[in-house]
Order: sequence, then structure tokens, then C-alpha cells
Amino acid sequence: MTDPIVAKGTLWTVIILLGLGSFALRFAFLGLIGNRPMPDWIMRHLRYTAVAVLPGLVAPLAVWPGATDGVPDLPRLAAALTTLIIGYLTKNVLAAIFSGAGMLYLLLYLLG
Amino acid sequence: MTVTTPHTAYWEGVRDGLPFILVVAPFALLFGVVATEAGLNVWETLAFSVVVIAGAAQFTALQLMQENAPTVIVLASALAVNLRMAMYSASLTPHLGATPVWQRAIAAYMMLDQSYACSILAYERNRDWTAAQKMAFYFGAVTPVVPVWYAMTVAGALIGSSMPTGLALDFAVPITFIAMIAPALRTLAHKAAATASVVLALGFAFVPFNLGLIIAGIGGMMVGAQVELWMDRRART
Repeated sequence: MTDPIVAKGTLWTVIILLGLGSFALRFAFLGLIGNRPMPDWIMRHLRYTAVAVLPGLVAPLAVWPGATDGVPDLPRLAAALTTLIIGYLTKNVLAAIFSGAGMLYLLLYLLG
Repeated sequence: MTVTTPHTAYWEGVRDGLPFILVVAPFALLFGVVATEAGLNVWETLAFSVVVIAGAAQFTALQLMQENAPTVIVLASALAVNLRMAMYSASLTPHLGATPVWQRAIAAYMMLDQSYACSILAYERNRDWTAAQKMAFYFGAVTPVVPVWYAMTVAGALIGSSMPTGLALDFAVPITFIAMIAPALRTLAHKAAATASVVLALGFAFVPFNLGLIIAGIGGMMVGAQVELWMDRRART
């Protein structure tokens, strides 16, 4: 059995150190490099940061959802693909979100 | 009148940031509920969200604290989840590096996946913007989101475990991220980077402390850069 109650001393240590550490990660380049020019090869890699990190963040969540204890789930996979296709075709973020959510609820309702 | 001032860039940022309320609100609400169930009171839950302001890292830390993991492991894991922020920071530096350091410090504090993604897309669309306009847009994009993050954390803590299940709110996060990234897949290099990222993230999902994501991020950037070089060479011949 795990104790659901978190010790107060540990809690505040974690809140403060995690806050400082997260700020350090976010400020690292923006604050310290500032306006100094960066070499071409670094700039060429940085152009792809968003499309290289966010898909990797989402893929495991879509394939092995936490809500189903990591078992692949048809409604969630279909919702993810619908969002991707509508977002790519329309270039409209809100249209993509609502189509994906619509597909998710439709399939959850039909299969539930 | 097509001249963009920092003022209009700010409001453009607000407009682009508004849809993200749909993601951040359920995510923050969920954190409030989960934190209350772990024994945190409303003030502790709010302090967590204000000081750390990083949903995924907060969930990770809370989960590990409940399992009585050593504090060092809690911090290392949650910071590993946040390592992607260092990549975002590097990626924003060419755009925002020329602004005053206090502005960069505030921008760093408010750095979220959503604000980063919509800002970097706006900078790609508006290559003529000055650093001041880009910073104004960034602040605009976080304006609707950050207060909602705080407020919904408190709401979640107050509602606590009386929250209805079955809304499948877990999937709000994946859907909005996919919706954001799909329109950004403009060139072959962007598509290749995203595909590599998905394959690597799934293949290295077993790596502890969420470091599989960092492998996927670095791998995806390398693939994107190489495909860009290849396309440039092909265009020249």
C-alpha cells in the first residue's frame, strides 16, 4: 500500500527546487546567449525543435493512453489520426481540435 | 494599413493563444483534483502551479511523491520531463535574444508547450518582425493561458474528488498538441523530423525518466536538418 498523503517537508522542498530547476531550464539559452549569433548548423537544427519534440511527446500518449492503462484504444487512435488529417488539410487548429474531440466522443459512445 | 506594431502583435498573440484555454483548463483542473487526492490543501496546490508552472512535470513529481520515492529521484524525473523546455529556450533565442533581460526572464517563467509552439509558428509566418514585436506576440499568447492555469488549479482543488469521470479529459492534451503541430508540417524536412520523432519516441519509450522523449527530440532535429541540407543541394543542381 502506498501512503496517499505527501509529507509537508518533502512537498515544499520539491515545489521550491523544482520551480528553480524548471526556471533554469527555460532561461538557459534565452537568458545566457541572448543576442550573440549562433552557428548555422545549430540554427538549422533549432528550426525543427517544435516538430521534433511535440510529436514525440504525443505519440506514446496516443498509442498507449494512461486512461486505458496503456492498452491501445480504437477511439483514441482514431481521434488522434482525425486531428492530424484535419489539421494538416485545413491548417486550422480549432477545426482540428473539434474534429478530433468529435471522433473521440462518437466512438466512445458507439463502442461504450 | 498593414504595419505591425508591438501593440497589434500583442493582440494577434492573444487571439492565437485563446484556443489553448481548451487544453490548459482541463489539464489544470485535473492537476488540482489529483493534488487534493494526494493530500495537498488548496494553497499548496496553487503554490505548486504558480512556482513550477509545468503540468507534465507537476504530475510526475506528485505521482513519485505518493510512491515515497527519494526527493532526489522526484526532482530528477520531473526536471527530465521539463528538459524539452531547454530546447524551446534555444529555439526562441534567435528571435527573442535582442530584448531586455527582464522580458526574457518573464518569458522564460511563462514558457509552456502551447505558447512556444504558437509563437514559433507566428515567427515563421512573419519573418520581418522585430524582436520587440516577437516578444509582444509571445506575451499576448501567454496572456489568456497563464491566469486560466492558476484559476483552474484552484477550481480542481476545490472540486476535489467530486469530479465526474468518463469525460475522457485525458485526451485533451494529445488532441491539442496534434492540432497545433499538423499545420506546421509544411516542408518535407518538417514531415521527416516529425516522423522520426514519433518512431524514436515509441521505440525508446522504455527508457526511464522520460529520456526517450529527449532522444526523439534530438533525433528528430537531426533528421530535419539533414533533409533540409539535402533539399538545398537538390534545388541547386
